[in-house]
Amino acid sequence: MEPEVGDVIKLRKGQVSYEGIVIPSPKKDSIIIKLSNGYNIGFRKDSVEIVNVEKKQKPKIFSEVKFQKRTDIPEISLISTGGTIASRVDYETGGVRWLMKPEEIFFMAPELSDITTFRNIASPFQIASESMTFECYKILAKEAAKELNSGSKGIIITHGTDTLHYTSAALSFMLQNLSKPVCLVGAQRSPDRGSFDGSMNLICASYVAGHSDIGEAVIVMHGEMSDSYCNVLRGTKVRKMHSTRRDTFRPINTSPLARVFMNGTIEKVSDYRIRNDENEVYPDIEMEEKTAIIKAYPNFNPEIIDYYIDKGYKGIVIEASALGHVPTDTIDEKFSWVDSIKRAREEDIVIVFATQCLFGRVDPFVYSNGRIMEEMGVIYAEDMLPETAYLKLSWILGHTNEYFEVKRNMLSNMAGEINYRIQGDKNGL
Amino acid sequence: MDYKELGLKVGLEIHQQLNTKRKLFCHCPTVLRTDEPLGIIERKLRPTPSEIGEVDVAALKEYMRGKTYIYQYYDTNCLVELDEEPPHLVSDEAKTIGVEVSLLLNSNIIEEIQVMRKTVLDGSNTSAFQRTMLISTDGFIETKEGPVSILTVCLEEDAARIISQDETTKTFRLDRLGIPLVEIATGPDISNPEQAKEAAYILGQILRATGKVKRGLGTIRQDLNVSIREGGRVELKGVQKLEMIPLWVEREIERQINLVEIKKELNNRCSDKDLQFKFIELTDIFLNTSSKIISSSIKKNGGVYGIKLNNFRDILGKEIQKGRRFGTELADHVKTYGLSGLFHIDELPNYGITADEVEKIKTKLGINDLDSFVIVTGKETICNKALEEVFERCKKAFSEVPNETRDALEDGNSKYSRPLPGRARMYPETDILPFTIDANLIEDIKDNLPETFDEKISGFIAKYGLKREEAERIVYENPELFEKVSSSLDIKSTIFIKALDLSKNLEKEEGYVTDDETLYLLFERVSKGIIAKEGIEEVLKRVSKGEDIEKVLSEFSSENSTFDVESAIEKIIIEKRDFILEKGDRAISPIMGICMKEFRGKVDGGLINKILKEKVEEILKSQ
Repeated sequence: MEPEVGDVIKLRKGQVSYEGIVIPSPKKDSIIIKLSNGYNIGFRKDSVEIVNVEKKQKPKIFSEVKFQKRTDIPEISLISTGGTIASRVDYETGGVRWLMKPEEIFFMAPELSDITTFRNIASPFQIASESMTFECYKILAKEAAKELNSGSKGIIITHGTDTLHYTSAALSFMLQNLSKPVCLVGAQRSPDRGSFDGSMNLICASYVAGHSDIGEAVIVMHGEMSDSYCNVLRGTKVRKMHSTRRDTFRPINTSPLARVFMNGTIEKVSDYRIRNDENEVYPDIEMEEKTAIIKAYPNFNPEIIDYYIDKGYKGIVIEASALGHVPTDTIDEKFSWVDSIKRAREEDIVIVFATQCLFGRVDPFVYSNGRIMEEMGVIYAEDMLPETAYLKLSWILGHTNEYFEVKRNMLSNMAGEINYRIQGDKNGL
Repeated sequence: MDYKELGLKVGLEIHQQLNTKRKLFCHCPTVLRTDEPLGIIERKLRPTPSEIGEVDVAALKEYMRGKTYIYQYYDTNCLVELDEEPPHLVSDEAKTIGVEVSLLLNSNIIEEIQVMRKTVLDGSNTSAFQRTMLISTDGFIETKEGPVSILTVCLEEDAARIISQDETTKTFRLDRLGIPLVEIATGPDISNPEQAKEAAYILGQILRATGKVKRGLGTIRQDLNVSIREGGRVELKGVQKLEMIPLWVEREIERQINLVEIKKELNNRCSDKDLQFKFIELTDIFLNTSSKIISSSIKKNGGVYGIKLNNFRDILGKEIQKGRRFGTELADHVKTYGLSGLFHIDELPNYGITADEVEKIKTKLGINDLDSFVIVTGKETICNKALEEVFERCKKAFSEVPNETRDALEDGNSKYSRPLPGRARMYPETDILPFTIDANLIEDIKDNLPETFDEKISGFIAKYGLKREEAERIVYENPELFEKVSSSLDIKSTIFIKALDLSKNLEKEEGYVTDDETLYLLFERVSKGIIAKEGIEEVLKRVSKGEDIEKVLSEFSSENSTFDVESAIEKIIIEKRDFILEKGDRAISPIMGICMKEFRGKVDGGLINKILKEKVEEILKSQ
C-alpha cells in the first residue's frame, strides 16, 4: 500500500525500524517521515520495507482571525501582495506558501489592532516581488486611491522586498496629488522565526500610516541590524542595497524622512510633503511598456542597443558609468556607442543616463565623452536612481512622446526623485 | 533507596563541541573570545504561532518578560550568526565527525539527512531557532550493568553564550553560536545513579577518542533526565562533573519524593480551587523598613507586593532538597523575572523584616493560621508577573511534580530554570536541501575508526614509558599535543601534565582557554633551555591576560635576561644578612622562596638554589 502524506507509517531498513508521519518529499524516489522526536528523515524508497500504514492525520487548519473595527484609533487600509512578509512556513513540510487570507498577518503582529483599525484588507494578487509587472502597479495605485478617497488615513502595502523600491517609485508617480502616507513594507527574515523582522516593520508602518503627518509614498523598514527603529524612506530615493540584511533599504543621495520607534514615536529627519486629509488623490496609471534599463560595462557591444531599437522600444535608461559615461573612444570602433545612440535618437527613442554608482549625480560636461552624448539629446537624470528613472520615464512616455516635453518632465522634480543639494555626511554612502 | 521500587528512569544527553576549522553553518572560525567585542546589536524575539495558532509555553513566557536581547559580535563573526544571512552548507568536517561518532556508538546512519529548525526563544540563538540534524539512531554502549541504548546522534549548532542579564535585557556573546556540537541522547534505561556516571564516562571517552572534539570547561555539556514513577520528568542542565552525577540523581529523586509528600499534604488540607490570585500592594507597610533589600528597591521606585496562599502554612518552609525549601523553589521562579527573590511567612520575621511588619502584612492580606503569604519587591508589572507565576506553581503542587528544566548546582542540588519546552517545534530548515552521506565515505570512516580509549592508554604507556595515571590524564586531556611535543621536543611528562593543570586553573579562574599552539611554543623554549620550567605558570598567566605569546616568551627568555641573576641574589642576601646569621643553613629555604618570587620563573630554580647556597655559605664562613 502506497503511503500518502499525513499517514503514520512504520518502515524497516535493515535491522532498524522507524515510525513517523509521511511528509511531502521533493524527490520522487524518496520518502520522508517526521519522527515523534520532531526530526524529519528520508530514505530511498527502494531501500526500505514498509511494514505498516495507519490512519491519515487530519489536516490542521488555522484558527479564524477576527478583528473588530474601532472608532478611537485611525482607520487605514491594508493591501497584501505576497512576498516573505505574507508567507507562512508549513511547519510540517517546511514548504513556504502564501497566506491563505490577508488577515493572517495579524498572527504576526497582534499589536496592530491597538494602533490602527482596518477599513479594508485587500489582496488583489499574491506574487513574489520579482514577478511584478506594470499591471500590478496599476492595480495597487487604483486600490490605494480608492481606499484613501473613501476615508482611509493611510495605506500599508505588504510586498516582497526584492523590487519594493520599484513599486514605491511607480506609486510615487502614479498617485497624483497624494497627501496621505502610503507605506510599503516587507520582511527580510521569514515569519516562522522569532527573529522575524516583519512584525516590527508592520507595527512601525501602521504608526506612519495612521498617525504621522507624512503625505508621500514611502518604504518603512528596519533602520539598522538591531530592532531599534525603522526608517521612513522616500519612495523615489530608496534602494535595496543588501541581499539579506534587515536594514537593506537605504536612502540614496538623501536622508530618511523620519525614524519610527516601536512605541510609536516618530522623529522627523528631513522635509517631506505634509499630510492633508482633505485632498483627493487620483491614480494616473498610464505607462509605456516599451522601456528598458541597460547597464554600460566594458566590452559592451552596442548591437544590444540596436536590438532594442529594432524591437520598437520608446525609451531606454542607461546605467552609465560614474558621471554618465559610455564607451566612445574604443580601440575597436565596433564597441563605440556613438552610432547606436545616434540612431536611437534619430528614431525618436528617449535615452536617459543615470549613474551606475547610484550615489552621486551625472554630469555631461566634465569629459568630452559626456558632451558628445548630451549633444545627441541624451537626458542626464541628475542624481536619480536608475530604477526610479526607468519608472519615471515609462510613466512620462505613457502620457507623451514629444521629446522636449519628455525631457522637461524627466528633469522636473515630481516626487522628490531629484535632490539638487546632496550633502556630505547626511546623504552619503 | 530502592530505585526499582521508585521507578527511577535516567537518561543522558551529551553535547560535545567539535574542533572544526569552521562553524557548522558559516565560514567563521570556532574560537571563543575574552576581549572586548567589536560591537553589539539589539533584538527582540517574539513567539510565532504554530499552524493552528498555538504558541509554545516556554516561548510565550520569555516574550512576556519583554526582554531585549543584546548580542556582542567580533571580527570572528559574520552575518550568518547575526541572523542577517542564510546558512551556508553544512561543514563537511563536522558531518564526517558526526558519522565517526555514530559508528563508534553502533548507531545507524540516516539515509537522507534533513537540517531542522528547532524553535528556541530564550535569546540564545539570534534566529530564534537552533539548527539541528539527526545523523543516526538506535545504537548502544556497553556498561558494567548492561547495555545502554543510544536513541539519537545529532549534529547541531551551539548557542550564543550568556554574558549577563537583568530585569529587561539579556546579553549574549556570538562567539560560541554556530560551533558544531554532537548531541548524543541515551534511552531512559539507566536504572541507578552509578550507571549514569559510568555511561557519561564512556560516552566522554568515545568522543575524545576521535581526537576531533574541543577540550576544556564548557566544551562538553551533560544533561540528566531524571524521573520517578510518581514524579515528573526533569531535565538537569549543566551537569559538568562526572563524579557528581550520582549525587545529582539522588538529590533529584529526593526532591521529587518530597514534592509528592507536599502534594499529598496539600490535598489533605484543601483543593487547588481554594487558591485565588489577588495581587496586593504592601509598600506602605515598608516605608520605614530596616530590610535593606526592600528599602533599596523602594528607593528605586519599586514597590512591595504580596499574595495570599490559602492553607499553605509551613509548606514553603518544607525542605525538599538538602538546604532547599519549597520556598526556595518558588524564589527560583521569581528570579527568572530579574527580581532578587521572595519572602514568605514561614521564614519571617527575619532579614530585617520585623514581627510588626509581618502582622501588618497578615492583616492586609487576610492571613489566618493555616494560610501563607509570599511577598516580592520591585517594579509593579514585573512583581505581578512573578507572583502570578508563584501562584501557578503553587496550584500545580496539588496535582503534579512539574516537568521542568533545572540547573544543576555545585552542591548536588538544582534550581528551577524554565518549563520543560513542550515538544520543541521542529520544522525543516528551508534554506538547506536534505543531503545524503556518501556510502563510500561511511565505509572509509568505518575502516579508519580510532583506537578505543583503553587501547590508546596502553599504547601511550608502552610508547612513552608513562605511568598509567599519567597516560590516562594525557590521553583524556590532550593526546595530540603530547604526541607532537614528544616527537619533536624534550619535555618530561610531569612538566606536560603540570602545564595542563595550569591551563585548567586559568580556565577556571579567568575563563581563558590556552590553545595548543601557545603551549607548544612554550614547551619548545623550555625544551631548549631558553625558558626555565618554573616560568611556565607566569608565561601562561600573562598570555591569558591578553599579552602576545612571543613577547612574553622573549621577556622570559634567559638569552634576553636583562638582569644579572648573581647580583640580584646578592642583593637579596645582603638585605637578609641578619636573618642568615641567625638561622644559618635553615635560612636557605625561605630565601629561596623570596628569590623565586622575585624572578617569577624567569630563572631556573636549580640555578638559583646553587648560587644561593654558595652565597649563604660565604656569609656563614665569613663570620
